[in-house]
Amino acid sequence: MSLFLIVALPFLGALLPGVMISAGRQTCSGVTFMVTLAAFIGLLTNLPAVLAGEVVTTGFEWIPLLGLNVTLMLDGLGFFFAMLILGIGLLIIAYARLYLSREDNMGEFFTYLLLFQGAMVGIVLSDNILLLLIFWELTSLSSFLLIGYWKHLPEGRQGARMALAVTGMGGLAMIGGMLILGQIVGSYDLSVILQNRELIQADPLYVPALILILLGCFTKSAQFPFHFWLPHAMAAPTPVSAYLHSATMVKAGIFLMARMWPVLSGTPEWFVIVTTAGLITMVLGAIIALFKHDLKALLAFSTVSHLGLITMLLGTGTAFGAMAAVFHILNHATFKAALFMSAGIIDHEAHTRDIRRLGGLRTLMPITFVIATLASLSMAGIPFFNGFLSKEMMLEEATHTVLFGTWWLVPALATFGSVFSAAYCFRLIGHTFLGPVRDDYPHKPHDPPAGMWLPPALLMIPVIVIGVAPFLVQDFVFLVAKSVIGGVEKLDVKYIKIWHGLVPALFMSIIAVIGGLILLALFKPLLRAWDTAPRPEAKEIFEGLIAAVVRLARAVIAPLHDGAFTRYGAIMAVTVVAAALHAYSTGTIGEAVRAMQPVTEVAVAGWAMLVAAALAMVFLHRNRLLSLILIGIVGLMVSVGFIFFSAPDLAMTQITVEVVTIILMLLALNFLPNRTPIESTVLRRTRDGAIAVAGGLATTALAMHYLLRESVAQPISEFHLANSYKGGGGTNVVNVILVDFRGFDTFGEIIVLGIAALLIYALTETLLNGPTRARLLNRKPDQPRAGDMHPTMMVVLTRVLMPVVMMVGFYIFLRGHNEPGGGFIAGLVVSIGVVMQYMASGFGWASARLRYPYHGIIGAGVLIAGLTGIGSWFVGKPFLTSDFTYVRIPPFQEFELATAALFDLGVFLAVVGAVMLSLESFSRLARRAHVPDTEHAMDIDPSRDDPPDPKDPVAQGGQ
Amino acid sequence: MEFLVASAIGIMTAAGLYLVLRLRTFPVILGMSLLTYAVNVFLFASGRLTIGAPPILVKGVETYTDPLPQALVLTAIVISFGMTAVIVMIALGAYLGADDDHVDDPKDDDGQKEDAA
Repeated sequence: MSLFLIVALPFLGALLPGVMISAGRQTCSGVTFMVTLAAFIGLLTNLPAVLAGEVVTTGFEWIPLLGLNVTLMLDGLGFFFAMLILGIGLLIIAYARLYLSREDNMGEFFTYLLLFQGAMVGIVLSDNILLLLIFWELTSLSSFLLIGYWKHLPEGRQGARMALAVTGMGGLAMIGGMLILGQIVGSYDLSVILQNRELIQADPLYVPALILILLGCFTKSAQFPFHFWLPHAMAAPTPVSAYLHSATMVKAGIFLMARMWPVLSGTPEWFVIVTTAGLITMVLGAIIALFKHDLKALLAFSTVSHLGLITMLLGTGTAFGAMAAVFHILNHATFKAALFMSAGIIDHEAHTRDIRRLGGLRTLMPITFVIATLASLSMAGIPFFNGFLSKEMMLEEATHTVLFGTWWLVPALATFGSVFSAAYCFRLIGHTFLGPVRDDYPHKPHDPPAGMWLPPALLMIPVIVIGVAPFLVQDFVFLVAKSVIGGVEKLDVKYIKIWHGLVPALFMSIIAVIGGLILLALFKPLLRAWDTAPRPEAKEIFEGLIAAVVRLARAVIAPLHDGAFTRYGAIMAVTVVAAALHAYSTGTIGEAVRAMQPVTEVAVAGWAMLVAAALAMVFLHRNRLLSLILIGIVGLMVSVGFIFFSAPDLAMTQITVEVVTIILMLLALNFLPNRTPIESTVLRRTRDGAIAVAGGLATTALAMHYLLRESVAQPISEFHLANSYKGGGGTNVVNVILVDFRGFDTFGEIIVLGIAALLIYALTETLLNGPTRARLLNRKPDQPRAGDMHPTMMVVLTRVLMPVVMMVGFYIFLRGHNEPGGGFIAGLVVSIGVVMQYMASGFGWASARLRYPYHGIIGAGVLIAGLTGIGSWFVGKPFLTSDFTYVRIPPFQEFELATAALFDLGVFLAVVGAVMLSLESFSRLARRAHVPDTEHAMDIDPSRDDPPDPKDPVAQGGQ
Repeated sequence: MEFLVASAIGIMTAAGLYLVLRLRTFPVILGMSLLTYAVNVFLFASGRLTIGAPPILVKGVETYTDPLPQALVLTAIVISFGMTAVIVMIALGAYLGADDDHVDDPKDDDGQKEDAA
C-alpha cells in the first residue's frame, strides 16, 4: 500500500467515528478498528521491502520554494515505530470500547485518537523535516484533546494544558533547530541531511541546532527537567495513557533522537547532554515512582524512568547503545501498554487506583493478576522476560560509559536506578495483588469481560516469547538498529542472548533484584522518610511560572492595548506616516518623467464637488442622515472619475455598490441615534485634525509621486491586452482578467463575499434569538412612521420596472465579455431591482414571493463557479482553464460560447445572493421592531388617524 | 489632472482618518468608507491616468489604459461592500446589545483608559 494512504487513512478515518456513533457504540468502535487495521495491513504490505533492506519512498513537491516537500520514507526505524503505533493502536481501540462508559462521547474520543494516530504515523514516515514538524505539532494538539478528554475534570484540563504548554514550547524550539539544520545542509529532506554528518558537526551552528532539537525531544519524551508534565497527563482516560505513554507520544522524542542519531550523535556535546539528561531522568523517575500510591502515577514515573534509560542509551553514541535502545523501545512498549491497561482494569472494577486501598486482588481478579505480574516482572528485569534482555544490555553499556572522567559514575547510577525500578515493580505486584483480601474496596472487584483483558493478554505473548527466544526478533532488531546507525558505526553484535556468562551486568542485575526486594521490605520507614523530606512540587513551580508570565504580559499589554479603538487608529496612522517619511528621506527618488495632463473645466467641477462633499462630511458628520447624503456624493464623483479615466466597468460597479451601501446604512440608521453628540475636547479634535491632515498630505504626495513616474518593473498588463481576445475570447479585457486570467482570485473573492453575507445572517440570528430580542420587539421608533406605508405610486412603478431591471441585468451580464458589464455588475443591478420590491411593497409581500433562499443562491453561485473550474480537469487542463467557441444558429448572427460565461454566472449568483442576504438580514431586524407586517402591499397605517395619546411619544410625532 | 486625482485621494484620506478617529460607531463606519474610496482610487491610479482609452479591444486602436488595476479594484469595490456590511452589522449588534454606540471599550475598574474624553 502506498505510504500516502497509510498516513492518510487515520486522518480520513477520523471523520467516521463522529458520524458512526449514531449507529451505536459497537459500530463506532468497529469502524475505528477497521480504519486502523487497514492502515496496519497496508504497512505490513511494505514489510518484504523493508526486510530486504530497501527504503520505500514516495512524494511530491508541495512548496518547493520553501523546500517543503511531501515526501515519505519507510525504512527499518520508520517501520518499527509505525508498527508499534498501529499495532498497539488496535489493542487500545478494542480496550477503549469497553473502558469508556455510556456517558462518554465515544465518537469524539475515537476521532481524537485517530487524529493522533495519523499524526504519529506521519512523524515516523516523514522524509522532509518541515513536514515532520507539521505532524509533530499535530501530535501536540491532538494529545491535548485526548488528555483533556474528560472536560469536566479540572485535573484533566490542567494536565492537558500543561502537556500542551511544555510540548508546544519544545516544538517551537525544535522548529528553530530544524531550520538551522536545513540551512546548514541546504535541504530539508532527511535522506539528504543524514548523509551530511561531517558538514553538520563542523558547522558553528551545530551546537545551537542540537540544543534546540534536543529541547523538542526532551519536552516530548518527558526528560528531566521537563518530566513533570507526564504524570499530570495521567488525568486522561486510561486508554489514552496507555497509548500516549507506552508506544507513541512520549516515544516521538526518542524516535527523533534515533532518527537524527547518525548526524547529531558522537560529539562530546551530544554525549554529555543526552546521557546526563537520560541518567538523571532514569534515576529520578524510578525513585519517585516507588513512592506513588496512584497506580497510574506509579506507571507514569516508571515511564519517565524508562524513557530516561532509552535516552541515555542513545546518548552514549555507540552502535551497541543504539541497538539496546531500539530493543528496549520494543520491550517497553509491550509491557508498559499492558500495565497501563491492567491499571485501567483495576480502576474500572475496583473504582480506585490507590494502592493503599488495594491488595489481595490475586484471588478476586486472577486473569488481571497474571497479566500484570508478568508485565511487572518483565519491567523489573527478571530473566526469561523481554525486559531483562534490554535492561541487561543497558547495564552492559553503562559499564563502558565514562561520564565526566569518572568510570564508576554511570554504572553506579544505573544500578541505583535499577534497584528502585525493581522495587516499584515488586511493590506494584505485592501491594496490589498479594496480601489478604480486604472488605473495604469501593467496589467489589472481579475480572472484566474478555474484550477488556484480551488486549493486554495479547501483549504478554511478545513479552514472554522475546524473553525466552530472543533469536526470533534479533534480526529485526538489528535491522532497525542499522537504520538508526546509518553508515556511521558498525554493529558488531551477532546474537541477542539470555546468558552472557559472569559479566558485570549480570551482577548488577542481581544487585538490582535483591536491592529491590530489600527496599520493598523497608517500604514503610522509607515512605515516612520520603513524606517528611522537603521536595519541590513541579506543578506549583510550573503554575507560578505561568502566572508570572501572564503578569508580565499584562503589564506590557495593558498600557498599550487599553480597548480604545480611536487610540490604536491614531497610533497606526502616525506610525505609517512616519515610516513613509523615513523611507522617503532615506531612499533614492527617481526623476519625474511623465508630464502632467492638462486640466479641463469639467474635471475641476467634479473634483470641487468631491472635495466639498468630503470636507462637509467632516464638519457636518454629527447629522448622520446628512453625512450619508454627502458620502453618496463622494461615491458618485468617484464613479464619474472612473468613467473619465477610461474605466467604465469600475464606474458601473461603483455606482451600483453605492446604491446598495446607502440602502444598507439607511437600514442601520433606523436603529442608531440620528445625531452624534459632541464628546471630544477641542484639544483632541485638534490632535485628530492634525493626524488627518498629515495622513492626507502623505497620501497626496505618494499618489502624486508615482503618477508622474513610470513603473519600476514592466507591468504584466501587456500580456493581458495581447491575449485577451486570442486566448480569452473577449474584448473587454477587465472582464476577461476577472473571469479568466485571474479567475482563481475571483473565485476566492466571491467566496469571501458569501462568507461576509452569511456572517451578517448569523449575527442577525444571534440578535433575534438573544437577549436583545425583547428590546427589538418592544422598541418604539423615535420618529413618526409614514402613514402611507407602501405608497401606491412606488409600488406600481417598481413592479412595472422589475422586468425591465431584470432585462437590463441580463443584457449587462451577456455583453460583459466584450463590452463593459459582467457578472459583478449584473448581480448588483438585479439586486437593486429586488431591493426596490422590498422597499416599495414591504418585507412580507416580497419574501412571500421569494422562491429560493439567498443562502442557496450564494451556494449555487460558488458551486457553479467551482464546477466550471473543475470541468477543465476532465480535458486534462488545470483548474479554471477556459475555453470558447463561436457558433451560428440561423437566422441569428454568429455568437460566442465561452466557459467563462458559466463562471461569470456563478459570480452573478453569488453577488445577488450575498447582497440580498445582507440587506434582508438588516430588514429582518427592522421588521420585528414595530408593527407586524401585512401581506397586503398597499395599505394605510391606521394608528396614524387615532387621536394622539399624550403618553405615547410615537403618536405625538416625536415632538 | 494628476494633481486633481492625487489631492482628491489625499482629501478623502484626511476626511476618512478624521472620522475614523471619532468616538461613535457611525462616523467611524463612514470614515472607513471614505478610506475605502481613497484606497480604491489610489490602486486604480497605479495604472496611471489615461483619458478616453478604455480597455475594450477595438480593431485598429493601439492604446489602451492598463486593465489590471481596474480588474483588481473592481473586486475590491464589491468586497468592500461586504466588509462595510459586516462592520455595520457588528456596530448595530453592539448598539442593540448595550444601548451604547461608543467605539472604545468602557473604562475598566482600575480606570486605566485615558481616552475617555
